[in-house]
Formats: sequence, structure tokens, C-alpha cells
Amino acid sequence: MAGTAVHHDHRHDHSDHAHADHAHQPLTFFQRWFLSTNHKDIGTLYLIFAIIAGIIGGTLSVFMRAELQEPGIQIFHGLAQMVYGFEGDAAIDGGKHMFNVFTTAHALIMIFFMVMPALIGGFANWMVPIMIGAPDMAFPRMNNISFWLIVPAFLLVLLSMFVEGPAGAYGAGGGWTIYPPFSTSGMPGPAMDLAILGLHIAGASSILGAINFITTILNMRAPGMTLHKMPLFAWSVLITAFLLLLSLPVLAGGITMLLTDRNFGTTFFAPEGGGDPILFQHLFWFFGHPEVYILILPGFGIVSHIISTFSRKPIFGYLGMAYAMVAIGAVGFIVWAHHMYTVGLSLEAQRYFVFATMVIAVPTGVKIFSWIATMWGGSIRFSTPMVWAIGFIFLFTVGGVTGVQLANAGLDRALHDTYYVVAHFHYVLSLGAVFAIFAAWYYWFPKMSGYMYSEFLGKLHFWVMFIGVNMIFFPQHFLGLAGMPRRYIDYPDAFAGWNMVSSYGSYIAAVGVLIFLFGVVEAFAKKRVAGDNPWGEGANTLEWQLSSPPPFHQWEQLPRIK
Amino acid sequence: MKNKAYAVLAALACLLFASSAFADKPVEWQTGLQSAATGIMEEIRWFEQYTLWFIIPITLLVLLLLIIVVVKFREGANPVPSRTSHNTLIEVIWTVGPVIVLLFLAIPSFQLLTAQLTPPPNPDMTVKATGNQWYWSYEYEVGENPLSFDSLLLKDEDRAGLGKEDKAAYPRLLAVDNEVVVPVGKTVRLLVTAADVIHAFAMPAFGVKIDAVPGRLNETWFKADREGLYYGQCSELCGKDHAYMPIAVRVVAQDKYDAWLAAAATNLGEANKALMASTDGAAKTVDVAANAAQ
Repeated sequence: MAGTAVHHDHRHDHSDHAHADHAHQPLTFFQRWFLSTNHKDIGTLYLIFAIIAGIIGGTLSVFMRAELQEPGIQIFHGLAQMVYGFEGDAAIDGGKHMFNVFTTAHALIMIFFMVMPALIGGFANWMVPIMIGAPDMAFPRMNNISFWLIVPAFLLVLLSMFVEGPAGAYGAGGGWTIYPPFSTSGMPGPAMDLAILGLHIAGASSILGAINFITTILNMRAPGMTLHKMPLFAWSVLITAFLLLLSLPVLAGGITMLLTDRNFGTTFFAPEGGGDPILFQHLFWFFGHPEVYILILPGFGIVSHIISTFSRKPIFGYLGMAYAMVAIGAVGFIVWAHHMYTVGLSLEAQRYFVFATMVIAVPTGVKIFSWIATMWGGSIRFSTPMVWAIGFIFLFTVGGVTGVQLANAGLDRALHDTYYVVAHFHYVLSLGAVFAIFAAWYYWFPKMSGYMYSEFLGKLHFWVMFIGVNMIFFPQHFLGLAGMPRRYIDYPDAFAGWNMVSSYGSYIAAVGVLIFLFGVVEAFAKKRVAGDNPWGEGANTLEWQLSSPPPFHQWEQLPRIK
Repeated sequence: MKNKAYAVLAALACLLFASSAFADKPVEWQTGLQSAATGIMEEIRWFEQYTLWFIIPITLLVLLLLIIVVVKFREGANPVPSRTSHNTLIEVIWTVGPVIVLLFLAIPSFQLLTAQLTPPPNPDMTVKATGNQWYWSYEYEVGENPLSFDSLLLKDEDRAGLGKEDKAAYPRLLAVDNEVVVPVGKTVRLLVTAADVIHAFAMPAFGVKIDAVPGRLNETWFKADREGLYYGQCSELCGKDHAYMPIAVRVVAQDKYDAWLAAAATNLGEANKALMASTDGAAKTVDVAANAAQ
């Protein structure tokens, strides 16, 4: 998208606003990309940012899988030696902590700097204003600051990996959940402070973005576009924005208390001062559970559009789909303690959280079946985005049903903090949210860039990725059932077999990512013109009525929705 | 009824996974839960199999429907798409259907949960486990001479001295220097806390997992039905040696436990050696037999 033309080529038919352009001075590179107030340019920046963060976060995971390929410690003592300059036995200890730093950074990067920027900052920024017939976001300058906050946030988290964490080791290694006291008294160095500040800033960025989306969607829909006629992607982003707005302040409060516990002698979470470590877990998961829906809901919206487009059929049960997302978002706020079944909750509390959690399966089921019903009777073309979307539906189902198992506190007793949980949440996120991101990428790439990607490379990317990620995560169910705990750099020899399979899978998935990157370069090199609507009559949301790429400012005359 | 269903499931599981494991510790290529040493774990294993009877068919149904639409409604086979976008009946069915499935899951789930959190009255004994970076300390609250000791990962150089050279019975990363010893068939109340950061006490074969939180005394219980040596691992990220603080529990006959406890008050090392001498002939066959049966 970096090649998106500033000087708009008016291949689009809407000549009515062509004359408006000469009112603007041509923008310099700095003005366009650093001072941008244009939702499409900011969306492009977000997408580039997400790709870079995804490569870094993915690389961390490949290192972890390489370490876990065999029992014993193979590579992290060497890494600790290279990166931090440890020698001898100190390298072993440094490597052990470094592994924890990698799991922590992998999670933080993938959640806050890859999936969220890609889906919300990237695709939602690009497409929601266009889809609802708005010329831009409601607060274009706030949109710019949202992006330019996430960059320093990311740098802070990266920087935290290179400063002292626990005494004599580098980086914050408390997991993305940063439970105290390990994240307070257990990690006295500044690494944890940097990570917390990074989360604060990323959170502020997301809150501003959420305000922007809510205002845009509620106030700037084109004439005639009632909420009940609004595209499902806009619905999903509206709900996501509310989740962000309501949950992130709780995280901000929690990690601020963590910060004062660390630096200013408060004892919110320190029992010796009357505090409670479990209080942090409640605050964290009150944010953390809605957060996982924040990661997946935009994907739900995207998949709905793709399924409908390539089946050449309207979405089945549109209102049910929209309100299923509302229900998932609402119930998502009252299930947080299902992450905490082993902390010593009372029987009554555990019963409630089991019940509430299981309820979420119902609206989720509605969505899965409605997607299939949308395809039913359709005339399906298996273009690359559709293949990713179908893959999403199946893999999300696999992750969903293991979620129903884990909802049961009695069974979770055996599976909590094992690889079963790792397998479950990667099926819904790594194979769910990420497949939705790739589906969206191939679906909107021709619109955003004006160029057609290579169908062969897109499908190759899909199959390599599909095989790779399933090979990584399916065997992890077995490891979890057998009792292998999470966040272990080394494991009893009995777990060697499935760990080896899982590691090989991660190398295959890494090749998949390389194919993706090659496909992007290839598309920009070959410059195959995509046309305004490459997907045909099934693609009937507003973005397909614009040129590819869309004009710098769209909808200067608002579209009317019948 | 429950047992019959369980037997059928277990047989099916054996057919499906020839290497399916039933051991007191994980085994190579294991695909299921560890075998049960307590009634609670027996129920967890049953419930896990029970949930599979719902979730596997549901997943296969979704897969089947996807295959049908992909084959039947591909562009080549069905050039003209229908315009159907509503069907109230089917929408009601796929809302109510899952509700019924969830009810079927919820009832045994609540029974299991209630059983786990309702300890039998009057436990026979109490053991307190304290998580430290990075080892466990145990205290036996027994009358006048309380017993307490630390339990650390077994180092390779100590294997010979402690008589734990058999890596099948004392596996790498699972074996410890001093095991917890409890009598078979007795209700043990387990109090769990931590001294520095959060840890978690986990014993898969007992169906026990409970966080060790500083400033908090968590309580759980188990009643081991089989003698043997059981292994678990710390299950809450606690720092660089999180993977190196295993948990080992030796379940022995009451008389051997009594002898061990009396001897341990003065010399734990000798008490452990004497216990191993009296059980390991038997315990080893228990262990090895359990593993050979797979």
C-alpha cells in the first residue's frame, strides 16, 4: 500500500468530486505519512506496523519452538550469551529467564501490536468509514495520535527485553498476565516498568481509537443507513470499540497499581501490606476476557462479508448475526474468573462462572451455523479470501469446542495452565483471528492497492499455513492432557514426541509467512490492475463502488442507502 | 451406568489411540489424561471422555456441512445462487439445540465440581505445601513432633547417593530428593501457600491443582486409592526455574507410613531410604507394571 498514489487517478466514475482535489496542495512524504489525518493512510500505516510486529512476534515463537523441539536446553543459553553476554552457568540461568521473556513478549506483541493494529487500526480504519458512507473518521487528528502512540508503546515493550528484569537477568518474564508478586517483588529491574508503560500507552491508543470508531459509526452513517442496515463488519467494530472503551480503563487501573506497588511503596497486591495478589488477577481478567473477544469480533465481521461475497448470497440471518455479536460482547464481561478456577474461588463462584461461560457457546454457535447457511444454496467461488474464511470457520469451531470443555471448572482443574489451554487459545486466535486477518488481507488488498495478488501464491500461502498451524497446535492438546504445564523451557522426556511434531509445524508455518511476504512483493512488482470490483455481484458493500485504490477522499457526496 | 459408559469409552479410546497411556507419570506419545489414583481423578477422566462425545460429533457435523456446501454449492455445480436469507425455524433450532447440549454437559459438570470442592469431613491428616523459588517445602501437622522438609529437583549427581538411579521410576525433571509420603486410602487435607511469588501445586493423577499464593492459605484434599509414586509439576509461572520444581508424592501402606513418619522425625534421609527399601521392590513393580501395561 505504500505505493498508493497520492495524486489520485480518477478511474472511478464519481467525477462529481474530482474537482475538489485541486483545493489541496500536494502533500510531501512527511506530511502524508507522519502528519496524516486520512483514515486510509493511517490504516495503511497500521497494516505495515502490524506486519512488522507480526514478523518479530512470530520469530520469537519460532525460537521457542526450536528450543522445545527436544528435551534439555539447546539454544537459549547460546542466545543469552549472544544477546546479553552471559558466560558459562550464568548463560544457562540467563537463557531460562530469556525463554520466559520470549513467551511474554510473543504474547504482548501478537495481541497488542499485531492482531489489534491489523484488525482495528488497519482494516477497520480503512473500511468502516467507506462501508458506512462516511468521508473519514469523526476525529481524524485523534486517529493520527492513536497510531503514533502505538509505535512508542511497541518500542517500550521491545526495549524492556534488553534491560534488567529480575536481579541479574534481562527482560520482563512474567507472562502477558503479569501476575504479582512475580511482576512486583519478583522482578525489581526496570524491564517490567517499561513493559507496563508500553501497555499503558498502547491502551491509551486503543481507547482513543475506540472513541473514534463509536463516534464515527453512531454519527456518520450515510443517509438511509440505519443500524439495522449497517454492514456486519461495522457492527463488529462498533461492539469491539465498546469492549475496548469499557475494559481497557480497568487494565490501566490495575497496571497503574502495579506500578505504584513497584515504585512508590503501595501494597495493593502485596499481602504483607494488606493487599491481595488475587485482586490483580480479577482486574486483569476483567479486561483480559473482553480482550480476547476484541481480538476475534472484527474477524467475525470480516468472515461474514467474505462468505457472503463469494457465495453470491446475502448473509443468512443478518439480525441474528449482529445481535449474536452483541450478546458475545455483553456476556464476555461477566465470565472473567473462568481464567482463575485454581486460585481458590468458592464453590458458588466457580458454579456461576461455569454457567456464564457456557452461555457464550450459544451465540457463537449461531454465528457458525449462519455462516454455513449463508453458503448453503450459494454459488461459491473459491478465491483465496474464501478459502481462508472457510478455514477460519472450521478451525475456530475446533478452538470453540475445546473452550466449552475448559469452561467446566471440574475439568479445567486438570487442564488449567497446561498445553491444552495453549492449544485452545491458539486455535481461536492464531488459527482464528490470524486466518481472519489473512482472509481480510486478500479480500481487500485489490481494493486498497489497486493491484491483484497472485491467486497461486495466496492459495499456496493458505495450504502451507493450514498444515503448519494445525501441526503446531493439534498435538498440544495431547501434551496438555498428559499434563505438560505451560511456559516451560524444558520438559520430562515423555513429552518429547509431540513437542517435536509441534516444532516442525512451526517451521512450516514460518515458511507460510515467507510465502505471504513474497506474495505482497510480487503483487506490487507485477502491478496487475484489479479493477473496481474484482469479486463480482456478491460484493455489494459500499467499498466496491469506489475505484481501486479509492480516491484520497471518498463520499464527498454522500451515498444514499435505500 | 457411568462405569459402563466409561468402559465403552475407554475401549474405544484404546482402539483409536493404540498408545493411549494410563500411568502415574506421562509416557511417550500419550494422547489422553493420566490414569487416576483418586476417585476425583476417575470422575475427571470420565467427564473428559463424556465431553468428547459431544464436541467431536459437533466438530464433525460442522466439517460435514462445510464439505457438503463446498461440493454441492460450488460455482460449477450451482451457477444460480438462491436468495434465501431467513428461516425462523432453523434459527430457533440452532439456538435451542446448543442450549440442550450445554444442559447435558452442565449437569455432570456441576456434580464433578461439587465433589471436588466438598471434602469429606474429618480428614485423616494434613500436609502443608509451600511454594518457593524454586522448590517446595512440606510440613506435616502431626501431634507433638511436627515434620518439615524441603523437596528439590533430583540432581543427577545425587542419584547414586539416594538410590534413585532408575530413570524409569525417577524420571528427569520429575524426580525429587525428598518425596511427600502419605498413606493409601486416607483423606489428606492439603494446605497450599507460597513464600515469594505465586506457584501452583499440581498432581495430575490425583486431579488436584491449586495455586500457591503468598498471604493466602488455599485448601484442597485427596484420597489416593493406589500405592505408588506420583509426579506433578509447578503450574504457575514463577521465574527462571519454573520448569525445575517438580512435585512427587509416594503413596504407601499405613504401617509403612507410620514407620517412615517415626523415623523421619529424627533423620529424614534414613527414613526415606528405609521406606524405599521396604517399598521399592513392590513400588517399582507397581510402577513398571503400570507402564508396561500400555
